[in-house]
Amino acid sequence: MSGQPSKHHSPFKHAGILGGFCLGFGIVLAVTDILTADAILQRGDDDKRTSLDQVIPAGLHDNNPLADTIAVTGHDGKPVTVFRATRDRKVTAVAYEIEGNGYAGEVRLMLGVDAEGRVLGVRPLAHKETPGLGDKIEPSKTDWISRFTGLSLGNPPVEKWKVKKDGGQFDQFSGATITPRGVVGAIRGGLEFFAANKARLVEVR
Amino acid sequence: MTAIAETEPETETKTDYKRIIKDGLWDNNSVFCMILGMCPTMAMTTSATNGLGMGLATAVVMAASSLLVATFRNWITQEVRIPVYILIVAAMVTLVDLTMNAWMHELYKVLGLFIPLIVSNCLPLARLEAFAAKEPVLPSLMDGLFMGIGFTLSLTLIGAVREIIGSGTLFADASLLLGPAFKFMELRILPADTGVLMAVLPPGGFLATGLLLAGKRILDLRAGKAISMGGAHSV
Repeated sequence: MSGQPSKHHSPFKHAGILGGFCLGFGIVLAVTDILTADAILQRGDDDKRTSLDQVIPAGLHDNNPLADTIAVTGHDGKPVTVFRATRDRKVTAVAYEIEGNGYAGEVRLMLGVDAEGRVLGVRPLAHKETPGLGDKIEPSKTDWISRFTGLSLGNPPVEKWKVKKDGGQFDQFSGATITPRGVVGAIRGGLEFFAANKARLVEVR
Repeated sequence: MTAIAETEPETETKTDYKRIIKDGLWDNNSVFCMILGMCPTMAMTTSATNGLGMGLATAVVMAASSLLVATFRNWITQEVRIPVYILIVAAMVTLVDLTMNAWMHELYKVLGLFIPLIVSNCLPLARLEAFAAKEPVLPSLMDGLFMGIGFTLSLTLIGAVREIIGSGTLFADASLLLGPAFKFMELRILPADTGVLMAVLPPGGFLATGLLLAGKRILDLRAGKAISMGGAHSV
């Protein structure tokens, strides 16, 4: 390696040096973690609130849906955290995360549903779809996702909750069918979850 | 390179800073000369903004770790230097990650994805070993900083080429990264939906990088410079 003549130190000296650096940087990182933990938690809540605000109109509730959650078991046995929006102690809307199978792994979305089971809004939270093709589900790219607002399980009928290629009534994108198919399926699944658990979701407290 | 800077690297006043800056930005450019840090280069240059973000985060980590390694260079023995360097780079990455998440959250939402990737970049480690381990604090800081800026410029350039060909835009979403004042940078070069999708997919990364690398060598040849493969160790 570089020109420095290697002096013969005892292994304990090397161990001491390496251990010293580990300890030093360990302390620095621990202190940073303590200093930032509260702020990071706060920011995480802010992010969740932003995504909730996009699927539940502010006028619908006088509570903090982020703090009013219940855990409901979905049809696949996994617990779903449901955020509930209430006004005058009545549930006006609920929101929860849904998942669909996209072209490159799962697509996670936030679905807002009103007390009658109509879609209030859907927003993608995270996905890895192809830029320029599958990412047209993002509201910043196209307004495709807003197509679902106001729809419910009966409108259109259940057998029409598919992309056009599969005989349904929702547009796929040219060159990308798998992503819209996954999203449509996820929203239908989300509405079926609402129908199956409606009594628990909208119970008056 | 002046003879003085080579024979007396310890004298800070005689360090050839011009040389350090020129090496980082062009002559020994990380991407187009040393061909280092290819993993983030290929993965993150789907748009000019992404390239810029990845580059800036890397530059901060490189400057900070070069500074630390140069400060402790006389304490670190040869035998344990590599684990210590890795420790320092990893600690800097975690530090940047935590502080940005807490206090620069809007920026973190755009850059956060890239920051852990810096650990997988061999460029910071190469510069620590080749430069900061032997040189005084200030030149080492400059080397880390300008190697990082050179990396940033390369990634932004590759990202710009891929973005224009692939999506027809330039610096899309730059205002998310740099603030609303930079909205003017977001340009649409080609009409929507005319892009060649391959440019933003992985093959486009290799093609764009290869063509730009060839372009740089042609420029160097025209300027009468000898073409030599740069190495991490040629300082």
